[in-house]
Amino acid sequence: MARTITYREAINEALAQEMERDESVIVMGEDNAGGAGSPGEEDAWGGVLGVTKGLYHKFPGRVLDTPISESAFIGAAIGAATAGMRPVAELMFVDFMGVCFDQIYNQAAKFRYMFGGKAVTPVVIRTMYGAGLRAAAQHSQCLYPLFTHIPGLKVVVPSTPYDAKGLLTHAIRDNDPVMFFEHKALYDMAGPVPEEGYAVPFGEANVVREGGDVTIVTLGRMVHTSLEAAEQLAAAGVQCEVVDLRTTSPLDEDTVLESVEGTGRVVVVDEAHPRCSVATDISALVAKKAFGALRAPIEMVTAPHTPVPFSSTLEDLYMPDAQRIVNAVKTIAEWTR
Amino acid sequence: MTDERIVAVTMPKWGLSMQLGKITSWIVAEGDDVSVGDELADIETDKIAGTLEAAGAGPLRRIIARVGEDVPVSGTIALIAPADVSDDDLDAVVQEARAVIDAGLPDEAAGGPAVETADIGGRKICYVGAGQDGDVVLLVHGYGGDRNSWLFLQEPLAARHRVYALDLPGHGTSVKDVGDGSVDTLADAVLGVLDAIGAGRAHLVGHSLGGTVAVAATARDPRRISSLTLIAPVGFGPAVNSGFLRGFASAQTRRELRPLIGQLFADESLVTRQLIDDLLAYKRLDGVGEALHALLGTLLDGDSQRADSAAAVAVIGGAVPVTVVWGSADRIIPPAQAESVAGAVCYLLDGAGHMPHMERPAEVQAAIEEAIARAE
Repeated sequence: MARTITYREAINEALAQEMERDESVIVMGEDNAGGAGSPGEEDAWGGVLGVTKGLYHKFPGRVLDTPISESAFIGAAIGAATAGMRPVAELMFVDFMGVCFDQIYNQAAKFRYMFGGKAVTPVVIRTMYGAGLRAAAQHSQCLYPLFTHIPGLKVVVPSTPYDAKGLLTHAIRDNDPVMFFEHKALYDMAGPVPEEGYAVPFGEANVVREGGDVTIVTLGRMVHTSLEAAEQLAAAGVQCEVVDLRTTSPLDEDTVLESVEGTGRVVVVDEAHPRCSVATDISALVAKKAFGALRAPIEMVTAPHTPVPFSSTLEDLYMPDAQRIVNAVKTIAEWTR
Repeated sequence: MTDERIVAVTMPKWGLSMQLGKITSWIVAEGDDVSVGDELADIETDKIAGTLEAAGAGPLRRIIARVGEDVPVSGTIALIAPADVSDDDLDAVVQEARAVIDAGLPDEAAGGPAVETADIGGRKICYVGAGQDGDVVLLVHGYGGDRNSWLFLQEPLAARHRVYALDLPGHGTSVKDVGDGSVDTLADAVLGVLDAIGAGRAHLVGHSLGGTVAVAATARDPRRISSLTLIAPVGFGPAVNSGFLRGFASAQTRRELRPLIGQLFADESLVTRQLIDDLLAYKRLDGVGEALHALLGTLLDGDSQRADSAAAVAVIGGAVPVTVVWGSADRIIPPAQAESVAGAVCYLLDGAGHMPHMERPAEVQAAIEEAIARAE
C-alpha cells in the first residue's frame, strides 16, 4: 500500500474501476462531463470540484450531464436502477436534497420492501457535505442524520482516501440505494490506497486508535479532528480509543459497545446539529446497551443547533474543534460519582 | 573518544519498512546484569509487537528511551558497560543518544526499498531485495501471508547475503489469479523470480504453504538450490488445523479475523491492530477471496492435508541439505510432523507457535545461517 493518492482521486478511481468492471455502471449529474451542451473537451468540469474529471473520455456515452433539476435526474437515476443499471448520481451539495426527497425516501428506499423483495434499486447518490469552506448556510450542512433515519437507505460517510475508494466500490456493487457523503474539506487529503479494486464492507466501524481511558465515537471529517485531540490527550496521559463509524446505516453497534465496555466513558463527536443526530443516536445506544459499563455521563461534541454562519469568525466557532473534544474528554475522564 | 567497552543497545529494524519503534515496557532495570539473549524490552512497531533480546553482556548502566517514546531505528535506547566505566563517559553517550531520539525521523525518510515486478508466465509477481553481497536467499511466505511476513528476518540476513522475498500469486501485490492454484503453479513463481534476478543458485526458505512450494521448486531443479530451510512446512503429515484455514479464507471482519490470527502465535499479544488491519485490507482486494478458496483446495482434502512433500524431500535430500524449524506450540500444523522430513537437521523452538520467524526471529535467523554455512 505504498501508493498515496487524494480522497478526490480515490473516489474517481473507484468510479473508473467499477465502470471498467461492469458496463451497467453509469455516472450522471450536473457538470459531471463538460457542462450542459459541452462536448466534454479537455476543459471538462468533472463535477463542481472535479471528482469525475477524465471519466467522460474513458467511458464514452456513460458520463451524463443533466439539467439543473435534481428531482428529474435523481428520479431518472432511481428509475434506471430499477431497470437494471447501476447509476452513480452526483447531487452537488446535500443541501439541495430537499427538492428530490420523494424520489429518495418514498420511492428508492421503499421499492425492495413494497415489492416483496422482487425489486432492487442499486443506485448510489454521491453528495458533498460539511462546513468550514465559507460557503454559508445553504452549502455547508451535514444532513446525513436525515437519511440515516429512513429504513431502506444505506448511508456512508468515509473519512480517508482508503475508505472512500473501498466504500464507494461497495456502494456501487450493493443492490440497495446508498447515500454517499463526501466532505469538501477532505478532497485534497492524501493517503495510502491500493491500486487494485477492493470493497470495504458496510456496517464495520474502524478502530483508528486504541486506548483504554475514553472512547471517542465519530465519523467523516471529525475523525481527523478527534485524532488530533487524542494525540494531545495522550501527551496529558489520557488514552483515547477513536472509533470511526464509516457507515451510519447499517450501524456497527458491536464495535461501539465493545469499546465503551472497555473504557466506561464515551464522547460522541459529530459535525451535524445536535438534535436527532448521529451523536444522539450513539448516546442512546450506549445508554441503553452499555449502561452498566458507564463510569461517567455521555458527552457530545457537535455543532450548535443553528444554521451554518457565513461570518468566518462565527463559522470557526460553529465547527467542533480539537480543543472542545479535549475539554469534553477531560470532563468525563476526571468524573467521579 | 567513546569508551569501547560501552555497548549500545539499539532500536532493532524489524522489517524493511520499519522506521520507528516504541518501547512498551522495559523488562530489565538499570543496574541489572544482562546476558546475551536476555529479554530487555517489549517493543511495538506499526506492524507488530516483539521482544528485544540482548546482543551483549554486562551490567545495564543506563536506560535512555522512555516507555511510550518513538525511537528511530538504530537509535541507542540503553547502555551496557562494565562497572569501571565512568558515569561521565556514559552520560556523554546518553546525551548524544538523547539528541537522536528527540530529533525523530528526518522528513525525507524513505518508505523502504523499491518493489520489483517480474512477468512470470503472464503473471505479475512482486518481490523485494535487500543486501549487496553473498549468496542469494529467497524467502517464500505462507498461506495468506506476503513478503512482509519476513519483516524481522530479511534485513538481518541481508548483512551477509542478497535476500529476496516474493509475493506468491494470490498474495501481497502480486497477481491475484492463481490459475489452478496448484503447488506447481506457485513453484513457477519461485523459480521465475530466481530467473528474474539472474540467480544461478539460491538458498530457499519456505514457511508453511511456502515450505511445500519451496520443496516443489527444488525438486524441479535440485542443482539450482544450495539449501532448503522449511519453517513449519505444509506437506509432511495429514494433520492440520483445517478450521483455521477455512476460517481465514472466509473471514470478512475484524471480529472474525482477530481470534483466528491469534491462533498463529503462541503469545496472542503479539497480534497488533495494524497486523489485523493489513490482513483485512489484503482480504478485501478483488480476487483475493477466490485465490484463498482456490488454494484451500490445494491445502485440504476434507480436514486433512492434501499436499505431500515427504517423498520429494526423500529424493532431493541427498543433493540439497534440508533444515526444518518448528515451534513446539504450533496450533496450525503439529510440530511432530518434523520427524517426517527425511534427513533434515531439525530445530524445535520451545514455546513458539506457527510463526517462529516472527515470534523468535533471532533463532530462526541462526538456523538459516547454519543451513547456508552447511551448504558451503
